[in-house]
Amino acid sequence: MTFDTHYFDIGRLDRLSYKNTFVHRLDPRVKVIATMLFLFTVISFPKYEVVGLVPFFLFPALLMAIGEISVRFILRKVLLVSPFAILIGVFNPLLDTQTIAVISGIPISAGVVSFLSILLKFALTVSTALLLIATTSFPGVCHALRRLGLPSLFVSQLLFLYRYIFVLMEEAMRITRARDMRSFGTRGSGIRVFVRLIGTLFVKTVDRAERIYYAMLSRGFKGDIPSLGRTGIKAADLTYLTATVAFLAVFRFYRVTEGIGRLAQGLMQ
Amino acid sequence: MSHHIIEFEDVFFRYPDGTEALRGIRFRIIHGESVGIVGANGSGKSTLLQQMNGCLLPTSGTVTIGGISLTRKTRQEIRRKVGVIFQNPDDQLFMPTVFDDVAFGPLNLDLDEACVRERVRRALGTVNGLDLQDKPPHHLSGGQKSSVAIASVIAMEPDILALDEPAANLDSKSRRALILFLKAFKHSKLIASHDLDLILEVCERCIVIGEGRVVADGPSGEILSNRTLLEENSLELPLSLQRG
Repeated sequence: MTFDTHYFDIGRLDRLSYKNTFVHRLDPRVKVIATMLFLFTVISFPKYEVVGLVPFFLFPALLMAIGEISVRFILRKVLLVSPFAILIGVFNPLLDTQTIAVISGIPISAGVVSFLSILLKFALTVSTALLLIATTSFPGVCHALRRLGLPSLFVSQLLFLYRYIFVLMEEAMRITRARDMRSFGTRGSGIRVFVRLIGTLFVKTVDRAERIYYAMLSRGFKGDIPSLGRTGIKAADLTYLTATVAFLAVFRFYRVTEGIGRLAQGLMQ
Repeated sequence: MSHHIIEFEDVFFRYPDGTEALRGIRFRIIHGESVGIVGANGSGKSTLLQQMNGCLLPTSGTVTIGGISLTRKTRQEIRRKVGVIFQNPDDQLFMPTVFDDVAFGPLNLDLDEACVRERVRRALGTVNGLDLQDKPPHHLSGGQKSSVAIASVIAMEPDILALDEPAANLDSKSRRALILFLKAFKHSKLIASHDLDLILEVCERCIVIGEGRVVADGPSGEILSNRTLLEENSLELPLSLQRG
């Protein structure tokens, strides 16, 4: 992937968050809390859990469906970061060779199961976190964090990061384009030129930071970024939160898949 | 009304790297005047505007605004009176949404919530930007960005407006809207620009700056039709005066 496509990819994730669906309209605080609860519930499962994790895919699936987020987009992103999870678990089958199950004559070692469990947990947590960003505007998430008690300095940093990542990337894109236009083949695109480009970008950024600081001072900046609370918690938000908590509690403490299996068996007989 | 007088007296300014940007600027602007500042690239226009609200302080000489002499201590007070609109709207719009950005100044003036919302509404209304409220600045076009940058400054209701190259990067329609807005703004204003037609239309007075000094100061019509003076300062006659 070239720099341009990376840039437009981030832009796409950002644009998704400005849609107007039921999920997008929910109060950001509620979504942050629900996502946190979901993450903790998934992580709380023991090392060899596989079956119990599967039903949890219902949660991101529902979010995707109601929030009108493309499945392929989220899948691509999950695949992009999957090497990290794979690296963590890939040696488990070699280290933990004790057989714990036999399926159709093939012995399954504990390591394979725990590896699978890691992959499932990874897919669940990353896709849900991505969906939070895709269904909530970044400033919304920041204000939610602020109102949930995160220090203002930290939130200000996040807000500036969001505001200027696009400006910075556009600047980097312009610089690389200018280089590509005047470098033919490999000449001009080597590491030494690259280092200088980074230097230029850094100097430009420092200059810009100074101008931004002047602009902030001109408008009475005194060390804290003030903000107005925009939304209150509505009935829909509470319903969503209650439903999520109920969903998580049921799927965590009651073996849903087993229940469905039993039910099916009962019906067959 | 004597309290909105802008006075520069022998203002010198040297950047830390040794560049002498201003070398004895001297002028006086009375309330309600609109003044164009023109000059070649690097003549000191932007530096001069940054002295207006204390982003930079003179190395020697005095800047007096509304009877208050500009020092490190009086900067805060002067910033309430003077709204400076910088050249690049990306530097001016630092908050994540348009609403937050326009509300930034009023919130820092410690106004209550209802008042802040009213100010934001009025300021965005003035620049026809009410429907942009919830957008993030990076989704705006260049013209929209500069409108919002203006709104973010007028939301503080300054007595004096200082603009650095306000029409740069604007399409004709946005530029026209800007000119109409500037004409309607009744308080004092200082506009630094290379767009001499804009200066001719908006400002009754014009100051030419060259190498950090005031080269000429007089009615815009007179100065901007003086071909020799303009050419000496790397400028040329405004397009509207070139024919005939």
